Amino acid sequence: MTPIKLGRLSRHAWTCALVCLTLASCSEGPLDPHGPVGKAERLILLDATAIMLAVGVPVILLTFCFAWWFRSGNSRARYRPEWAYSGRIEMIVWSIPTLVILFLGGIAWIGSHDLDPPAALKSSAAPLEVQVVSVDWRWIFIYPQQGIASVDRLTVPAGVPIHFRLTSTSVMNSFFIPQLGSQIYTMPGMATQLNLLADHPGAYPGLSSQFSGDGFSDMRFDVAAVAAADFQSWVETTHAAGGVLDHPTFEQLARPSSEHAVRTYGEVTTGLFDSIVAAHVGMTHATAQE
Amino acid sequence: MLGRLTWAAIPFDVPIVMTTAATIGVVLGAVLLLVTVKGWWPYLWREWITSVDHKRIGVMYMILGLLMLVRGFADALMMRTQLALAANGTMGYLPPEHYDQIFSAHGTIMIFFVAMPFVIGLMNFALPLQLGVRDVAFPVLNSVSFWLTAAGVLLVNLSLVVGEFSRAGWLAYPPLSELAYSPGVGVDYYLWALQISGMGTLLSGINLTTTILKLRAPGMGYGRMPVFCWTALASNLLIVAAFPILTATFAMLLLDRYCGFHFFTNELGGNPMMYVNLIWIWGHPEVYILILPAFGVFSEVIATFSGKPLFGYRSMVMATMAICVLSFLVWLHHFFTMGAGADVNGFFGIATMIIAVPTGVKIFNWLFTLYGGKIRFTVPIYWALGFMATFVIGGMTGVLMAIPPADFVLHNSLFLIAHFHNVIIGGVVFGVMAGYSYWFPKAFGFKLNETLGKAVFWCWCIGFYLAFVPLYALGLMGATRRMQHYTDPQWQPLMQVALVGALLIFCGIILTAVQLAVSIRARHRNRDLTGDPWNGRTLEWSISSPPPVWNFALLPQVARTDAFWAAKQNPQEMTRLMGQRNYESLHIPRNNPTGFFVAFFAFILGFALIWRIWWLAVVGLIGLLAVGLMQAWRTDGEMQFTADEVAAADRTYPLEARAA
Repeated sequence: MTPIKLGRLSRHAWTCALVCLTLASCSEGPLDPHGPVGKAERLILLDATAIMLAVGVPVILLTFCFAWWFRSGNSRARYRPEWAYSGRIEMIVWSIPTLVILFLGGIAWIGSHDLDPPAALKSSAAPLEVQVVSVDWRWIFIYPQQGIASVDRLTVPAGVPIHFRLTSTSVMNSFFIPQLGSQIYTMPGMATQLNLLADHPGAYPGLSSQFSGDGFSDMRFDVAAVAAADFQSWVETTHAAGGVLDHPTFEQLARPSSEHAVRTYGEVTTGLFDSIVAAHVGMTHATAQE
Repeated sequence: MLGRLTWAAIPFDVPIVMTTAATIGVVLGAVLLLVTVKGWWPYLWREWITSVDHKRIGVMYMILGLLMLVRGFADALMMRTQLALAANGTMGYLPPEHYDQIFSAHGTIMIFFVAMPFVIGLMNFALPLQLGVRDVAFPVLNSVSFWLTAAGVLLVNLSLVVGEFSRAGWLAYPPLSELAYSPGVGVDYYLWALQISGMGTLLSGINLTTTILKLRAPGMGYGRMPVFCWTALASNLLIVAAFPILTATFAMLLLDRYCGFHFFTNELGGNPMMYVNLIWIWGHPEVYILILPAFGVFSEVIATFSGKPLFGYRSMVMATMAICVLSFLVWLHHFFTMGAGADVNGFFGIATMIIAVPTGVKIFNWLFTLYGGKIRFTVPIYWALGFMATFVIGGMTGVLMAIPPADFVLHNSLFLIAHFHNVIIGGVVFGVMAGYSYWFPKAFGFKLNETLGKAVFWCWCIGFYLAFVPLYALGLMGATRRMQHYTDPQWQPLMQVALVGALLIFCGIILTAVQLAVSIRARHRNRDLTGDPWNGRTLEWSISSPPPVWNFALLPQVARTDAFWAAKQNPQEMTRLMGQRNYESLHIPRNNPTGFFVAFFAFILGFALIWRIWWLAVVGLIGLLAVGLMQAWRTDGEMQFTADEVAAADRTYPLEARAA
C-alpha cells in the first residue's frame, strides 16, 4: 500500500517539476538566455541534467519497485536473509557513478576553461570596456573608452563583446545579468573580470546576488542592449548632458543609500576605477587580482 | 557599569518581537511554575541536569534540537510569509533590518542548534550501546559538551529580546560582519554563541572519537562495527579536524571587531576572501558531519527492516571514509564566482563531483539491501525510502552546481537554497526522524504511535516537495536568495505554493508533538518488554529497554558483524555473545554538576563580552576557572554497584527473552 503512495507522490513531484521548468524557461532567468555565454551555460545545464536523470530516475524507480516487491506480505518474493555481497554488483555500483562523474568531470573541466569569466569572447568586433563599481546599494558603470558613466542602468551595444572589470567600495556583491550568463563577485580592493555579449537589442534585468545589507533587495539595474548606432547616439547624448564623475562626486555616490535614480555623467576622471581599487588595497597587499 | 547595555536594547517598538517574547516568557514561566509546584526540581537536578549518563545526555540533546526546531521553523514561516506577500512593489510585513536578522537566525539555528544537537544526540545515545560498552570515554566531558551547546542556544535566543541578532547571514561574511558595516551587537551574539557551542561540539567530537577508537566490546574489531559506528567515526573525525578552523576563524573576526585587528577588513592589508575560504574549509566538512550519521541511521534501519545484513559492508565503510577525506578538498565550490581562474575552478568542480561516487555507491548498496529482503513498512523505513528518492534529486542538483559554468548562473539563487534544503531535510532531518522512531523504544521502553508517525512523515515529505520544487524553479527564473521583496509578479504564485509547503511541514512538527503525547499516554499498551521491538541486528537490542544505567551487565563477546542477529539464529552464538554470567561489581560515574556550572559561567562570559561589561566577563572567567579546579580536585567520581545488584537487575530481564 505504501509504495503505491510513494510512487504516486514521486509522479506528482515530477509533474510539478516539469511544470516549474516550463515556467522557468519562459521567464527572465538563465533558462532564457540572450547571449553566447548564457546559451553555452544553459546547454551545459541541460546536458548535465539529462545525463544524471538517466541514472537518477531508474534508481528512484528501482527503490520503489524493490521496496514494493520485497514487502513482507509478498509470498512470491524470495527472501534471502544472508545475501549481503556480490562481487559483480559491487563492480557495477562503483562503475556507474564513476563513469557518470568521468563524463561530467570532463564537462566541468572544459566548461570552466571555455567559459572562464576573464576569457575573451570570439567576435569580430573589438570589445567595449566597462568598469563596474558596486556601492551600498547602487551600481556605477564607467565607460573608460567613451569617458562617460551611468548609475543603475547599463547601456551596451548588442552584438559587441563587453569586457567588464569589477570592484566594490564597501562589502561584497555579485554582478549578475541572468539572461546574459555568468555572474562574478565584486570585492573591495580587488578587480575581477567578466566577458558577456548580448545577441540582440533588448532589456534585461540585472541584480546583485550576494547579500550586501539592508538595501540589497533593491540593488537592481536595467540592462539596455541597443543597436550599435543607437549606442553611439546614447554616448553622444550622455556627453552632451554633462555632469562630472570625479572623486568628490564618487564619494557622494558611495554613501549608503537605497535611492534609485538612473543618472549619467558626461565626463569621468581618468583612472577613477583603478584609484577606487587601490584605495582599498592594503600596504602589504598591493597586487590586485587581474 | 553595564557596558553598552541600556533599556534601548529591548525592542519595545517591535510588536512581533515583544509578542513572541511575551509568549515565550509566559510558557517558560508556566513550565517553571509547574516544576516548582510539583516539586520536580530535585528529580530534574539528580536525574537529568547533573546526569553524565550518555543515554540521558543523548535524550537532552534531542529535546534541545526539537525545541530549537520550533524556533528555527518559526523564522522559516515568517520568511515564507514575507515572500508570499512582498511582490510587485509591496514591501511585505517585515522591514529589511528585521528580515535580515530572521534569515541569519534561521540558518544559524537550524545548522548549529537543530541539526547538530539532533545528530550528536543520536550518536551519544546509540554509539556506546552499539559498541557494547557502558558509557562514552569521558562522561563528565560529555555533560560539559551538552551544556555548552545549551549556553549557545540561550545566547542566540536572548538576542531576540535583548539587543539584536546578526544581519550578516548564517556565515557572517566580512566585510559585512566587520565593525564598519555591522556596528551593533548582533554579530557579537552570533560569534560568542557559536564560539561557546562550537567548543562543546569539539569536545563532543573528541569524546566520541575516543569512544569508538578505544572502547569497544571484546572482539569488536573495526570490521565488526555496525555501519552507524563507522559513519559516526567519520563524522567525529571531521568535527575534530574542522571545528578548530571555525573557532580560529571566528577568533580572528572577534579580534577585528574587539581589538581593531585587520584580518578581514577592507583596509590595512585585511582580506575578506580569506575568511570566506576559511569558513568553508570548516563549512563543507560540516555538511558531512551532519549527513554521515544520517547515512549510518539509514544503513541500520534498512538492514533491520529488510531482515537482511547491509549489502556490501566493506564498500559502505570505504565509501564513508572516502567521503570523510574528500570533504576537505572541495570548499572552493561555494565561491566559484570569486574569479579564481579556470584551473582552480575545474579542480574543485571535479573534486566535488568525485564525492558523488562514494555517495552513489551508498545509494546502490541500500537498494541491494532492500533486494531479497522481507520489508516491514514501519515508520523508520518510510523515512528511509523517502530519503532515498529525495536525496537522489538533491545529489543531482548538487553535482549540477559543481560544474563551474552552471554554478555561474545558479550561485546564490533560490535553486541553491532548494538544493541544500533538499539534502539537509531529505537527508539529515529524514535520518534524524528515522533514528528517533527507531531508537525511541530503546530509550524509553515503549514504542511511538505508528499511525501518527506515518502522518508526520507524509507532512514532511509532501511539504518538502511543495516548499522547495517551486524554489528550484524560481532559481532558474533568476530569483536570488536573501531578497526581502521582488518585482517580478510571475514569482508570486510559486512563492505562495512554497508557503503552503512550509505550513504542511509545520503540521508535521505539530504532529510530532501530538505523537509524543499520545504515545506517552498509551505507553502501558506499547511497552517493549523484550528489549528488541524491531527484531534488531546490533548489540543495543540485546539489552532491556530502557537499558540499565550500566548498559551491559557483562560486556558482550563479539565474533562477527550483526552479532545479536546471528545469536538469535543460533543458540551457540548466543552463548558465545552473552558469555558466562559471572557478575562483578561495577563502578559507574557519579552525577556531576560540572557541565552545568561550566555552561553557566560560559554564558555569563559570553553575555558580558557581547555587551562589553568587562567586570562581568572577569566574573565569568573566574567562575570557569573555579569550576575547573573543583572538578580537578573531585575525588568521589564514581558510585559502586555490587555484583548482586547487577545480577538482580539483569535477571529481571531473562536470557530466554533474548533468545526468543
